[in-house]
Amino acid sequence: MSKKEMLNPRKAYGEALIELGRKYKNLVVLDADLSKSTKTIMFAKKYPERFFEMGIAEANMMSCAAGFASCGKIPFASTFAVFATGRVYDQVRMDIAYSNANVKIFATHGGISVGKDGVSHQMLEDFALMRVLPNMTVMAPSDATQTKKIVHLMAEEYGPMYARVGRANAPLIYSNKDVEDLKIGKGLIVEDGSDITFITTGTMVEPALEAHKNLKNQGISAKVIDMHTIKPLDVQLILKSAKDTNAIITAEEHSIIGGLGAAVAETLMDNNICIKFFRMGIKDIFCESGSPADLLKKYELNEKYMVKKAQNLLKK
Amino acid sequence: MKDYDDKEILKLELKAVQIRKHIIEMLYRAKSGHPGGSLSAVDALVALYFVHMKHNPKKPDDPDRDRFILSKGHAAPALYAVLAESRYFNLNELESLREEGCMLQGHPACTEVPGVEASTGSLGHGLSFANGVALAGKLDKKNYQVYVMLGDGETDEGQVWEAVAVANHYKLDNITALIDRNYLQIDGNTEEVLKLESVRDRWSSFGWNVIEIDGHDIKKILKALDEAKAHKRQPTVIILYTTKGKGVSFMENNVDFHGVPPNEMERNIAIKELNLAEKKLETAQ
Repeated sequence: MSKKEMLNPRKAYGEALIELGRKYKNLVVLDADLSKSTKTIMFAKKYPERFFEMGIAEANMMSCAAGFASCGKIPFASTFAVFATGRVYDQVRMDIAYSNANVKIFATHGGISVGKDGVSHQMLEDFALMRVLPNMTVMAPSDATQTKKIVHLMAEEYGPMYARVGRANAPLIYSNKDVEDLKIGKGLIVEDGSDITFITTGTMVEPALEAHKNLKNQGISAKVIDMHTIKPLDVQLILKSAKDTNAIITAEEHSIIGGLGAAVAETLMDNNICIKFFRMGIKDIFCESGSPADLLKKYELNEKYMVKKAQNLLKK
Repeated sequence: MKDYDDKEILKLELKAVQIRKHIIEMLYRAKSGHPGGSLSAVDALVALYFVHMKHNPKKPDDPDRDRFILSKGHAAPALYAVLAESRYFNLNELESLREEGCMLQGHPACTEVPGVEASTGSLGHGLSFANGVALAGKLDKKNYQVYVMLGDGETDEGQVWEAVAVANHYKLDNITALIDRNYLQIDGNTEEVLKLESVRDRWSSFGWNVIEIDGHDIKKILKALDEAKAHKRQPTVIILYTTKGKGVSFMENNVDFHGVPPNEMERNIAIKELNLAEKKLETAQ
């Protein structure tokens, strides 16, 4: 296992909000009774006049954020990923995406690694839901450093945006210098390789890096891409990787339907590319309660399965 | 409290008839759309846009403007007609309502039409949007007012009550909600579809100041709007008692004209009736 420093992306979000609150006097933050979990409470303590507690009323929060945006504010609206997308789909669709409102939805507790709370709190469809909305940018940062950078970019650039992180602490992958030039819509080659490419996002970047090491010991050279932006997708990077390695595995804490894997598959087909391909993700089922590690193992979303799938795919 | 002289009111009543004529023509040409709830909303819109609201059609993005949000987005023809008569855009745009490639979408689209504040049509969103605008106004110490019109049937939506609670919690006295209380929604009488009464008690128990008036009496509407604006530390809701299809005899209180446009014969009769009303008001002037 990794001996990397563990930091919480949610906390990085809270810290970024404080930095941005200083920089942008028109930045406001809304939360729906989860500020302690989403860490917007950090902003609330520093800038109480610009923090708006909306209560357990997410639909109102999203439309309200759009109202703020119409007055030139940069609203960040936060809650868990389940409530930030599925519960408020119509509000996000009409008031934010269709209206091209400058609203930033930052969701926490995405994926199955939420763990014991079970299906009601395990969001596995958010990339799909947000990706089909015109105007919407969709992102999933992979560690605390990248989270902070992405939150900064969300404030700096205009447009409706959705970003999600998990609940758990995450191993630190990047230094501040590493993320200096990070751009929305530009994937990162974290490890280069020539036999196979892992195109991963969010919490799946780190296990792919571990799989890379493991495969290296077996003489397999795996490229690892951190596709922090699922939309707009870095098509050029995908096409180049397909050419360079001839095999692609996508990995995400999301349904295999409609998310990163589906987006990559669409890109390959649209460009008449037929190569060895496998989507790692949740296979069109609802999961269950359990510890994050147990669930990731059961649903085949860890380093071990990445190694196994890579071996199998290359054998074919 | 300001009084309004009867001459000024007569002019506004005449304007309301002209708006109603636009609505009938627009819907007849588009061969689709919602006459009933557009006609019932007209008088309040006339009072807002031609007298009460502080707004400048030449500067639709003026940060100090009063805002109007049409939460019952299906009354778009009424809003478009009022915006066109205010010269937010050319009157001839009204001729291409709902046409491919044209500006005026079936329901209001803020990215397309100058003067439209929010993209509505999916019911229940407008008051929440207004909350954001009102909170931003308080934060920036602006003096603008936020007006939002809801259909009575629209208040079936749960989101409305989230927004009602939040406006009360933040004491958003810069919000005035207007309910077009015409007692009809698509499936029938509001009290039979999903009981709304007591509308007054519901809003007042959520901490709102409630005013009830005849929603077709422009003088009373203007006075109510002044009263709402002057009322502090509470948001105000004005319940406008209206008639669905107001101004066209066979559309009045006729739920069949919720979402069905007039055919040629109906359009001719409607225009004839409205022309008569117009003549009568001109003579009275």
